[in-house]
Amino acid sequence: MALSSLIGFSYVVSAALFIIGLKMLGSPATARRGNTLSAIGMLIAVVVTLLDQGIVDFRYIAIAVAIGAVIGAVAARRVAMTSMPEMVALFNGFGGIASLLVGWAAIAPDAGGIVLTTIFLSILIGGVTFTGSLVAYGKLSEIMPGKPLMFKGQAVVNSAVIIAIFVAGYLFVQQPENLSYLYAAIALAVVFGVLVVIPIGGADMPVVISLLNSYSGLAACAAGFAINNNLLIVAGSLVGASGIILTNIMCKAMNRSLSNVLFSGFSKVKSMDMKIEGEVKPITADDAFYVLEAASTVAIIPGYGMAVAQAQHAVKELQELLEENGAEVIYGIHPVAGRMPGHMNVLLAEADVSYDLLLEMDDINPRMETVDVAIVIGANDVVNPAAREMEGSPIYGMPVINVDKARTVFVLKRSMASGFAGIDNPLFFKENTRMVFGDAKETLSHLIREFS
Amino acid sequence: MEVYIFLTFILMLSVILGFELIHKVPATLHTPLMSASNAISGITLIGAIVLAGKTADPQMATLLGAAAVAFATINVVGGYMVTDRMLGMFKKKGDKK
Repeated sequence: MALSSLIGFSYVVSAALFIIGLKMLGSPATARRGNTLSAIGMLIAVVVTLLDQGIVDFRYIAIAVAIGAVIGAVAARRVAMTSMPEMVALFNGFGGIASLLVGWAAIAPDAGGIVLTTIFLSILIGGVTFTGSLVAYGKLSEIMPGKPLMFKGQAVVNSAVIIAIFVAGYLFVQQPENLSYLYAAIALAVVFGVLVVIPIGGADMPVVISLLNSYSGLAACAAGFAINNNLLIVAGSLVGASGIILTNIMCKAMNRSLSNVLFSGFSKVKSMDMKIEGEVKPITADDAFYVLEAASTVAIIPGYGMAVAQAQHAVKELQELLEENGAEVIYGIHPVAGRMPGHMNVLLAEADVSYDLLLEMDDINPRMETVDVAIVIGANDVVNPAAREMEGSPIYGMPVINVDKARTVFVLKRSMASGFAGIDNPLFFKENTRMVFGDAKETLSHLIREFS
Repeated sequence: MEVYIFLTFILMLSVILGFELIHKVPATLHTPLMSASNAISGITLIGAIVLAGKTADPQMATLLGAAAVAFATINVVGGYMVTDRMLGMFKKKGDKK
């Protein structure tokens, strides 16, 4: 059997392993083995690729693999679970730049029009993914301000850049020997990546990360067309599909369209046709303890604030004490709680919370009326009843976790500041709501001390 | 031209397959799903390897290929390892530790 056929057949095996691996990610019980299978598929693909007879020198490959493997392994071991959004954002960017470089390196003197077009697409998508992801990383790690950055004439500038990109692309395909068109296309792509992400605020990051995840897959796909490799196309489109599905789920959970997230930021409050009535009723941790002690069903609703306070371990401790006290404890996870899809689930898994206690929004809402105490930890917009009740509210129509239907609601909060969306939360003024002010972790420790 | 029709055919099938597969992933596993797909998108590595090994004397394309190899390897190694680390934490009550 010729060497090239061996490589081709091995790629088929790799593709099958990727697909089976993703299928096994469908259940927490098999997910870890699925990931291992997928990794084996990747290993097979890399090893047989080294047999390619076009390779005459292994030095650069060896050095580059060594550098990449060390950085990747150290990052994977060291990263804190609270920082997963940053890491995924950065990795999306690396996928993008790799596709850009592959497209660039694949330019050959004898390349035809179709090849050049796919090379251009690979450079364009890769470049946008790269700088877009770097900006997302900057915002998530708070190197950059998380607020949307808007400037006058943004739409005009964006349109001009898009037109320029296509002009540069056309000229590049027509005259590939003139390198200035290529450089112009690369420069415009990376500028466009920045422009796309800067107007998007911190709270919308779950959508952006998912979208960039999808782009990193599409970039690999385009690179696959450029170098005529079907494994790149299969793997790239699996990732592309995954990112698009997650983007869609995130958008639905915010009741906004993708274009609304990308281009407009949160709309201004139109009219407050309902006044928030009532007053804020604070409660001390001591008094909160007595209520919890008597509760038989407790629902915990975490948000990004839990990640910031690193309170997941304290939450788990409280859960155990409540369970020893005879209460049932469940968790309600909103799809956009945190800064990336599934962020809260990973943090609670880290704290050893059993995953069958983590209920999705649609599963916990019907049970809310039977819950004695709902504890909101560092969440705001995702439990805001204004989404149901106040038609003028910018988040009106967004599906939320209906904590206000529980008998008592404890809101663990630093101060009365509003959430990312910058809107008041009538939940804080409801008859059955008690505010427990202070650092979430300290409040939880206080409760834990009272129990033990 | 035929080869592009063939590649587009593969593209179409894998996009549809991808949608079907990912739809079944529960919300609990969305973060590991994203880091795993980070690793899979590192598949660009195999294209980069061929380009990085084409010539013995360092040409522009070789160096670009080598840089792509480094970035894609970070994705592959880091992505699979961190996904494994995360999935190791997902436990159900009663699972042995």
